[in-house]
Amino acid sequence: MLSILTIIWALIVGIIVLGFIAASAMFLIWWERKVSAHIQSRYGPMRVGWHGVLQSVADAVKLLLKENIIPAEADKLVWWLAPFIAIVPPVMAFVVLPFGKNLIVKDLNVGVLYLMALSSVSVIGIFMAGWGSNNKYSLIGGMRSAAQIISYELPLIISMIIVAMQAGSLSMQKIVLAQAGCWNILHPNMAMAFIVYIIAATAEINRVPFDIPEAESELVAGFHTEYSGMKFAMFFIGEYTNLFIISAIAATLFFGGWQGPILPGVVWFLIKSYGIVFVLMWVRWTFPRLRVDQLMGFAWKILTPISFVNLAITGWLLLK
Amino acid sequence: MVIQDYGIVGLFLVLGIAFAAAAFIVSWLLRPRDPNPVKNSTYECGEIVKGDSRVQFNVGYYLVALMFVIFDIEVLFLVPWIVIFRELGVVSYIEMMIFVAILVVGLIYAWKKGVFEWQ
Repeated sequence: MLSILTIIWALIVGIIVLGFIAASAMFLIWWERKVSAHIQSRYGPMRVGWHGVLQSVADAVKLLLKENIIPAEADKLVWWLAPFIAIVPPVMAFVVLPFGKNLIVKDLNVGVLYLMALSSVSVIGIFMAGWGSNNKYSLIGGMRSAAQIISYELPLIISMIIVAMQAGSLSMQKIVLAQAGCWNILHPNMAMAFIVYIIAATAEINRVPFDIPEAESELVAGFHTEYSGMKFAMFFIGEYTNLFIISAIAATLFFGGWQGPILPGVVWFLIKSYGIVFVLMWVRWTFPRLRVDQLMGFAWKILTPISFVNLAITGWLLLK
Repeated sequence: MVIQDYGIVGLFLVLGIAFAAAAFIVSWLLRPRDPNPVKNSTYECGEIVKGDSRVQFNVGYYLVALMFVIFDIEVLFLVPWIVIFRELGVVSYIEMMIFVAILVVGLIYAWKKGVFEWQ
């Protein structure tokens, strides 16, 4: 049964996780601005704190003080609920992320399936935002986003399944422990799964080159055109938390999670996760945006068949 | 055990909602309020809005959604199988591959029908 102590413990852990989410999102926003600036031979934020490290704090305060503009035409209930649905799945995903040997909130025995379920929920938040705003740009953004996320969901899920197959378990900790001798990325079939995973995951969180749902230059930010102040901040925090989560999942599934020599597990986990985040930022500021027709074709004609073939090969290799 | 595991999942659900709610409440206490009809109108690059925003959509979106439902259910059937397939052995592998192959035929059919060609 649930005892009072367990609940108090879980609450403390939960509040630490919320603090980590806020800090990580603010750090990533600053980092992304710095990385993009240096890639484009600029400095980026420089004024607030050392090399602009406090820029995100200043932005958060600014957003907190912004007026809440409710579009007169909006579908109020849907419009209000959307930011909640954008932020809740990323928070819930932290339950199964293994930060270290014992540093996991709860090692659910269906960990991978749980993460897949949460990634499907976030599309609903984006679509609700697009629909509730009652704005043409937002609705187009929401529709594109829904179509894109569900198309890339399949290769993403199958890549995760391939890893779970190798470990023989859906639990995140068991997947990490199964890589004790050799990281998954070192097997050729797993490396293929990783490539498919990272492409599909980039599409799942709507980042360039898969950012047609937000496309600033054609859809004026798509589904969050009509959002201001803290509600916009919720979408933004959700987006950057998702960026961290997909990198953390990649580190766990393919790069041995918290395992590594000398340094403690949590340090290794953060190094690997933020390393993958950096690669995704690099990708974002290197490639141009895809068109909507190229995007769907790529998911269904290339990634999905590759994933199925990979699934068959992995199963065969494991049975031999 | 189960109630404890999912109790924590439920707690994180509540915490996620509380996180957003707390941010909105703090912002509600601090922010200025000065609405006017122009500010609250739908944004369309400064122009007066023309027509309804719930416009007709390309049928391609719905076809993709249908394809997704089919394959998502297929993948759900794979999930319990992957955990125990090593004990079940080669026969279960062949059976599962036949199941996957049937759906791949569906994928090829949709492909040839032009579901993934975006007009």
